[in-house]
Amino acid sequence: MTDVSATPAAAAATRSQGAGLKTALRWGLYLILALFAVYYLLPLFVMLTTSLKSLEEIRTGDLVALPREVTFDAWAKAWSGACTGIQCEGVRPYFWNSVQIAVPGVLISTLLGAVNGYVIAQWRFKGANIIFALMLFGCFIPFQVVLLPMARLLGLMGIAGTIPGLIFVHVIYGIGFTTLFFRNYYVTIPQELVKAAKVDGASFLRIFWSIFLPLSIPIIVVSVIWQFTQIWNDFLFGVSFSSAGTQPVTVALNNIVNSTTGVKEYNVDMAAAIIAALPTLLVYVVAGKYFIRGLTAGSVKG
Amino acid sequence: MAKWFETHLPKIVLAPSFIAVLIFVYGFIGWTAWVSLTRSKLMPRYEIDGFIQYDRLFASPRWDTAMNNLYIFGGMFIIISLVLGLILAILLDQQIRVEGAIRTIYLYPMALSMIVTGTAWKWILNPGLGVQAMVQGWGFENFKFDWLVNPDMAIYTVVMAAIWQSSGFVMALFLAGLRSVDTEIIRAAQIDGIPTWRVYTAIIIPSMAPIFLSAFIVLAHLAIKSFDLVIALTGGGPGYATDLPATYMYAMAFSRGDVGQAASSAMIMMMVIFIIVVPYLYSELRAKND
Repeated sequence: MTDVSATPAAAAATRSQGAGLKTALRWGLYLILALFAVYYLLPLFVMLTTSLKSLEEIRTGDLVALPREVTFDAWAKAWSGACTGIQCEGVRPYFWNSVQIAVPGVLISTLLGAVNGYVIAQWRFKGANIIFALMLFGCFIPFQVVLLPMARLLGLMGIAGTIPGLIFVHVIYGIGFTTLFFRNYYVTIPQELVKAAKVDGASFLRIFWSIFLPLSIPIIVVSVIWQFTQIWNDFLFGVSFSSAGTQPVTVALNNIVNSTTGVKEYNVDMAAAIIAALPTLLVYVVAGKYFIRGLTAGSVKG
Repeated sequence: MAKWFETHLPKIVLAPSFIAVLIFVYGFIGWTAWVSLTRSKLMPRYEIDGFIQYDRLFASPRWDTAMNNLYIFGGMFIIISLVLGLILAILLDQQIRVEGAIRTIYLYPMALSMIVTGTAWKWILNPGLGVQAMVQGWGFENFKFDWLVNPDMAIYTVVMAAIWQSSGFVMALFLAGLRSVDTEIIRAAQIDGIPTWRVYTAIIIPSMAPIFLSAFIVLAHLAIKSFDLVIALTGGGPGYATDLPATYMYAMAFSRGDVGQAASSAMIMMMVIFIIVVPYLYSELRAKND
């Protein structure tokens, strides 16, 4: 190819033009990425600034403006005074309900998942794969299909509308996922390990306790974070199976926002929403890597 | 006896979970299926009476709206999330200096409850004090953005909020996929002088087909189960303009006292998921056993 740019000067000009174009593209790229960051952050920003404004300022001011005068009144009211219907105790009692549901729910389902995964991956017996497939499918059902019979069963068991009832439901429908996590983790551990330990006379439980559990810290973290996020953020079970005093925080938040009594207090709504979101946000910020691993474990296997 | 116990201990340990799944997943699905074939109203009845509930369901304009909304919502939510997620992943894969921080920002909505997301967007989109009022305040007095309270447009606000919540997750899936593409092939293509966009469209994106499938399954699953977001954002309204199958089922089960309708609508949801998930799970498990 012999065109004009073949002369050294012209070639150099094209090169510097190319470099210029490259820098421009680079800037454009960062601009686009920044715009998307704004898009994802804006709702959180609006929630936060709204929660720090007075109602007066909200009515007269601009949605995205910073508060002229920062006030924490809305936070105080959201925590201990906002009305969720006839009660006006804020989200505090419901926040503790969620803690009381989530902590045992997470621990029990993770423990069961660890044991199940250990059996399915390492003590393969006939039918273990079918059992695993059946449990796995349980992860994918729309929970609407079990709501009615579960409501009746909880009633028969005498735990309808109670916190133990909600723990029970979350454990039952969490087992599939926790088993999946641990099974996929243990399946990568060579079976020779169990065989060697058996030769040395170690029992089933001892091998689990002394060999497998110590190896499992990362997947325990994944399972705990996944289950915590699921249970904390749950609304369907919470709204279906709780009663007046036992609602989780998501249900209370929805009640506060949609309660029709009195003046609409947007700042209180936003403060309550942030309070309800804080625990899972905190987990995400502290252990995001494990959160993402949990998210992808159900979809990308490998 | 002790020996028998030790050899069977693995099965004994697995049994409670397995029995629980059999009862609470499969038994309960069976119960719902059964009741969906009866004349149950306020209380479940057990005399099978054919497909009367399904006839009622398909004749119901509200269910019709719910299914139409599912198509609109599901279709737009899945396609836009996939496209946006892929674009963001490709943009982020260009040796960005602050990639970790950007990824964290794009993905955090996934950690939020749908109720929180719905509450936030309900506030942002409310015509009185939200975006519409803000833009009007800037001097564009004729600006109108009242989708939240407009029966024809309200479903699109659900789409907007759902995409905001989930697109970062799709981005993370694709980014992981981009990182696992064989760099040798890409380098070879670049040496041959193939332009970057061609490398993407001809080599990289096709090689991520399994990730498209995974993301599709997860998003479709999210779409069919969508319940909290609608409740928090629109409450199913105006009227029942933003009803989805999940909110229809809930209304029938817990506020209308129509157990038969609740059961039959739940079964339709179940079947939709079944059609999408079972072939996928089957191929996944088969691939692993081979």
